Amino acid sequence: MAAGTHYLSGLTATNGPAVQTSDDAEGFYVLGDKLVDEKTPTGPIAERWTTRKFENRLVNPANRRKLSVIIVGTGLAGGAAAATLGEAGYNVKSFCYQDSPRRAHSIAAQGGINASKNYKEDGDSVYRLFYDTVKGGDYRSRESNVYRLAEVSANIIDQCVAQGVPFAREYGGLLDNRSFGGVQVSRTFYARGQTGQQLLLGAYQAMERQVAAGTVEQFTRHEMLDVIIADGRARGIIARDMVTGEIETHLADAVVLATGGYGNVYFLSTNAMGSNVTAAWRAHRKGAYMANPAYTQIHPTCIPVTGAHQSKLTLMSESLRNDGRVWVPKNAADCEKDPREIPEADRDYFLERIYPSFGNLVPRDIASRAAKYMCDEGRGVGPQIEETGPDGEKRLVRRGVYLDLTDAIRRMGREKVEEKYDNLLDMYERITGENPYELPMRIYPAVHYVMGGLWVDYELQTNVTGLFCAGEANFSDHGANRLGASALMQGLSDGYFVLPNTIRDYLADGPFPVIDETHPAVVEAQQAVQERINRFMTINGRRSVDSFHKQLGQIMWEYCGMERTKEGLIKAIGLIRDLKKEFWSNVKVLGSADSLNQDLEKAGRVADFIELGELMCIDALNRRESCGGHFRAESQTEDGEALRHDEEFAYVAAWEWGGDDGAPVLHKEDLIYTAIEMKQRSYK
Amino acid sequence: MKLTLKIWRQANASAAGAMHTYELDGVSTDMSFLEMLDLLNEQLVTSGEEPVAFDSDCREGICGMCSLMINGQAHGPEVTTTCQLHMRSFNDGDVITIEPWRASSFPVVKDLVVDRSAFDRIIQNGGYISANTGAAPEANSVPAPRDKAMRAFNVATCIGCGACVAACPNGSASLFLGAKITHLGELPQGQPERYSRVASMVAQHDHEGFGGCTNIGECAAACPKEIPLDVISQLNKDLRSAIKQGY
Amino acid sequence: MSPRVSCCAVATTELVKGVRTTRSTIALKLLMAISGIVFILFVLVHMYGNLKAFSGHDAYNEYAEHIRTVGTPILPRTGALWVLRVVLIVSLVAHVASAAALWKRANRARPVNYQVKRNLSSSLSSRTMRWGGLTLLVFIIWHLINFTIGKVNVSGGATNDPYNLLVDSFDTWWLTVIYLVAMLALGLHLHHGTFSSLQTLGYTNTASSRQRARVAGWVVAIVIAGGFSLVPLFTLFGVITK
Ligand SMILES: Cc1cc2nc3c(=O)[nH]c(=O)nc-3n(C[C@H](O)[C@H](O)[C@H](O)COP(=O)(O)OP(=O)(O)OC[C@H]3O[C@@H](n4cnc5c(N)ncnc54)[C@H](O)[C@@H]3O)c2cc1C
Ligand code: HEM
Ligand code: HEM
Ligand code: SF4
Ligand code: F3S
Ligand code: FES
Repeated sequence: MAAGTHYLSGLTATNGPAVQTSDDAEGFYVLGDKLVDEKTPTGPIAERWTTRKFENRLVNPANRRKLSVIIVGTGLAGGAAAATLGEAGYNVKSFCYQDSPRRAHSIAAQGGINASKNYKEDGDSVYRLFYDTVKGGDYRSRESNVYRLAEVSANIIDQCVAQGVPFAREYGGLLDNRSFGGVQVSRTFYARGQTGQQLLLGAYQAMERQVAAGTVEQFTRHEMLDVIIADGRARGIIARDMVTGEIETHLADAVVLATGGYGNVYFLSTNAMGSNVTAAWRAHRKGAYMANPAYTQIHPTCIPVTGAHQSKLTLMSESLRNDGRVWVPKNAADCEKDPREIPEADRDYFLERIYPSFGNLVPRDIASRAAKYMCDEGRGVGPQIEETGPDGEKRLVRRGVYLDLTDAIRRMGREKVEEKYDNLLDMYERITGENPYELPMRIYPAVHYVMGGLWVDYELQTNVTGLFCAGEANFSDHGANRLGASALMQGLSDGYFVLPNTIRDYLADGPFPVIDETHPAVVEAQQAVQERINRFMTINGRRSVDSFHKQLGQIMWEYCGMERTKEGLIKAIGLIRDLKKEFWSNVKVLGSADSLNQDLEKAGRVADFIELGELMCIDALNRRESCGGHFRAESQTEDGEALRHDEEFAYVAAWEWGGDDGAPVLHKEDLIYTAIEMKQRSYK
Repeated sequence: MKLTLKIWRQANASAAGAMHTYELDGVSTDMSFLEMLDLLNEQLVTSGEEPVAFDSDCREGICGMCSLMINGQAHGPEVTTTCQLHMRSFNDGDVITIEPWRASSFPVVKDLVVDRSAFDRIIQNGGYISANTGAAPEANSVPAPRDKAMRAFNVATCIGCGACVAACPNGSASLFLGAKITHLGELPQGQPERYSRVASMVAQHDHEGFGGCTNIGECAAACPKEIPLDVISQLNKDLRSAIKQGY
Repeated sequence: MSPRVSCCAVATTELVKGVRTTRSTIALKLLMAISGIVFILFVLVHMYGNLKAFSGHDAYNEYAEHIRTVGTPILPRTGALWVLRVVLIVSLVAHVASAAALWKRANRARPVNYQVKRNLSSSLSSRTMRWGGLTLLVFIIWHLINFTIGKVNVSGGATNDPYNLLVDSFDTWWLTVIYLVAMLALGLHLHHGTFSSLQTLGYTNTASSRQRARVAGWVVAIVIAGGFSLVPLFTLFGVITK
């Protein structure tokens, strides 16, 4: 790999330790000690990971059998880790809440996965992928992590192809690539619109092979409800068997959380119905830091909301932006018209207009906000939806912009378009009842991905010894914004290549002293879980769990969504606190705790979402700057673009649980860039 | 819209179940089928009756979790998953019968929820290509002919929902099995294990208690991913070769 | 540690090498397909032989005699016929035994039936294979009693002259009806059976080859069931007479 040659020697830290002068969140938090990731390696960036892998201690194959690892989550991160650790010979226990590991939400990823293979000879390299990712994340990620990600990206493709992942190929039988969201090189590998599915099935099958080999034991329909921290180390989990209701204890030498994202805090999102924050949040309450919780990605191309009954939003892969053109009518009066009757001259291709060099391919946060503004201006299309504005007034707004494939159909022919996007377009038609080959599609931004998550060091270990976190659940390598096709890359990088290399260094000290169910930490965790369940079952209020979830979602979307303000966030915190009180006194959970009870499951998740929502608002309130997916109205350039304040905010905000009645404690980890220079992002 | 719903209710795996009838008003044509059930559940909770348990997760037709027999058709009247079925496919006043998948290998867990872990066990028995992490050669070192890669992809889209089993009069999982056999068997990487794979996957399929295929074709008609009957032919052919090779 | 819970914790089976493939459901199906094809070949030839009835008494009896003497003197008289009979009997046993095994399996695979079940793409023939097969079995038993083993002449006439036995039989309207019903069952069985055997043998790997197999099903069914029906019908209507 020629990566090393890109190392920008001679660059030293381009930013000093952050000194924060503004304090919007005053009174909502306590400032704690600075946090230093002591495990971040030094030296030339291109050699850091190789050196670390070499330095990390080994575990003798004969000893691996004596070491056990619990992995919660079977998505790309968890599934890949379980397979790899199983192959290595460790004893792995794998958990997921679905009825099969194959259903983890990674399955839904459509567009593709990045890798710096440079198969197109268009100037890609490890360094460029690294550079694009750091820039895309608006300089809020840890450079060593991102470089490592770019470095192992190529191995991921090799690994997946060997497993039989049917990536798209060219006529000659070699792998095909496309360019994707905000990037000027073709480095995205894809399997039509079902890339996540194929990658996940690869990891799943590799994991099932280990189940057959006896190294991985699989627990489906099990929900993790607490982590056991005994004698200063994470040693196990409490899980509920969702079928029998039994509260089980599982113990091991290390625990990995790979439980995915918490976008469902907004109720409506592109996440699966069961996606939750419970595992991470329970760990947070036991001491693990939650980092950058406010960094949320709102994806620009989703199918717009149709009404109050809606249970989730569906993504239309962003790859459509490669060929589709985004527009709204120039005149608000045209918004009701059949779009085909609006002449070219009366259409505003606003992304192409505002961002001439990137056009329809600007990063997600930019495309999303632009669409929002068009609709705020009254130039949105589609049905009018009633909403409550920040001022509390009800109003009718059209929330949608056109994504038009007409030009592409003319250029490539319908057949080619079908081949490229058929399943997506079918899905669109099924959901909306409109034919996208005839009418331009309507799209609108929706919550899609969370860059925030449990804080981890370079080794993917949280601040709780022995508790690791991988995939979307950790605060990840994406900074304040994730580029398209990088989450799959990160999930698999963590699962196949990073975690297996770092966790062995930890396990080299094991096996740790045997503990059993009589250990006070186990007893305490078991009791806490049991009591919480009893409480849900006995509140006997009047409102359904879903109604609370929807209400929380509305608050979050309105005040902690695409645009955030100080007043709005403070208001939201108040509303959430009220909601929390009401929830604990008025929620209604029917049925019994010792059988399958979907309302009970939801109740636990919603209770955690409510607490998380509050922390997200506090984090957003504290960060009085705009970066990536986090846009504070108070911090924008003259033409309305996100404005960062590096001197104040070039840090990771890692939040410590402050107790049920206390305030969260903020630990800052300074972001130091040595291999890249911080710049204001510009896509114009 | 106003609907009459006849739904199978069963408290747990060992309890006896029965059909219950519910009237539901205020259904909009924009709702998905599962959102219609959400609405029913919201009303049941309000009236103090336990909500109907049913599986769903992604609600966008890809995870394979949703699984309802609607008016005698797996995933209902359209070629899609239950979660992607919309109420515009129904009319005001319709009577809709909703049942769980029925197969002894898919025991009912509760109401409309069944246990499909048999599919996982089929995959455990050879439904993979053995490629340890880190041992993979450079991806482009083994080109795969495009038409074969396309066929592999087309059938790799199986979501493991089990509708094929639910629809098959014999309760056979041959379409699911054939899809995986064909996916892995079409790729160069899948060749070394091709025949041992089919041998052990079929053995597990039978061991789980699924029925044999008599080429009836209801499975392919119900499959939301339109996996074609070809894959069963391919499965049979590969098994025949496996017999010849002494597996 | 908590005990594993039976429902979801997964029991695994070893990868198997050895005899299993030959005991699989697919192996049973292969057996059915091969025996089925043996039947098809047999009935094709048998039908052709029956059509000799149109050539009159002597030609038909000559043919009946001929099938008993083919292969002589290398083989004893009726030797070749016995070879054929053995093949048929073995096929019948294989065919019926596998059918029974698969039927039993299918019933066990779906112990609880749907309240409502709609069929979308299955044909009448594919759904009636089992009962239709049973009908054929009953028919074959009667048929052998009728013409081969028992030589029963329902009109009370002689049984030593194959041609006359044939004509006597089909001059009886109800016997003809029984035969026609049996031919209907055969036609249905072959309509699906022909396609099915090709699919079972793995020759229908593309949409077009599957289409051809379906056409073959129609052709075989019509030619055989239709061809067999000619003799009884034409006898009943007096075209073929003693
Ligand atoms: C619609 C959609 C499209 C996307 N498209 C792309 C794309 O094209 N490219 C890209 O790079 N990224 C994409 N992403 C993002 C990417 O798919 C995800 O970020 C990534 O797959 C997350 O993987 P994961 O392994 O971290 O978590 P997940 O795949 O979400 O897995 C979470 C696992 O944790 C388990 N779990 C969760 N909570 C618990 C609990 N309490 N107890 C037990 N188990 C639990 C679940 O059962 C599941 O197995 C997309 C995301 C969505 C929603
Ligand atoms: C003797 C009584 C018979 C019984 C009980 C019987 C029963 C069956 C059954 C249950 C099947 C499986 C259904 C299926 O595969 O779809 C079958 C298949 C078949 N039968 Fe028969 N059958 C009988 C006689 C015959 C005869 C007389 C013929 C031909 C003349 C025949 C030809 C076939 C063929 C070709 C198949 C398809 C095999 C396959 O699916 O691979 N059968 N039969
Ligand atoms: C209308 C239709 C049919 C007629 C007129 C007919 C007539 C006959 C006659 C006359 C014989 C005696 C031949 C002899 O011993 O010289 C015979 C034998 C036999 N027929 Fe048919 N047959 C008909 C249909 C069928 C069908 C559909 C089957 C099978 C599915 C069948 C199977 C047999 C068998 C197995 C024998 C015995 C051959 C032997 O071993 O000697 N026949 N048939
Ligand atoms: S083959 Fe089709 S019906 Fe069967 S499990 Fe796969 S997707 Fe579902
Ligand atoms: S419906 Fe059943 S019989 Fe075979 S072709 Fe399909 S599995
Ligand atoms: S809920 Fe995922 S496929 Fe229907």
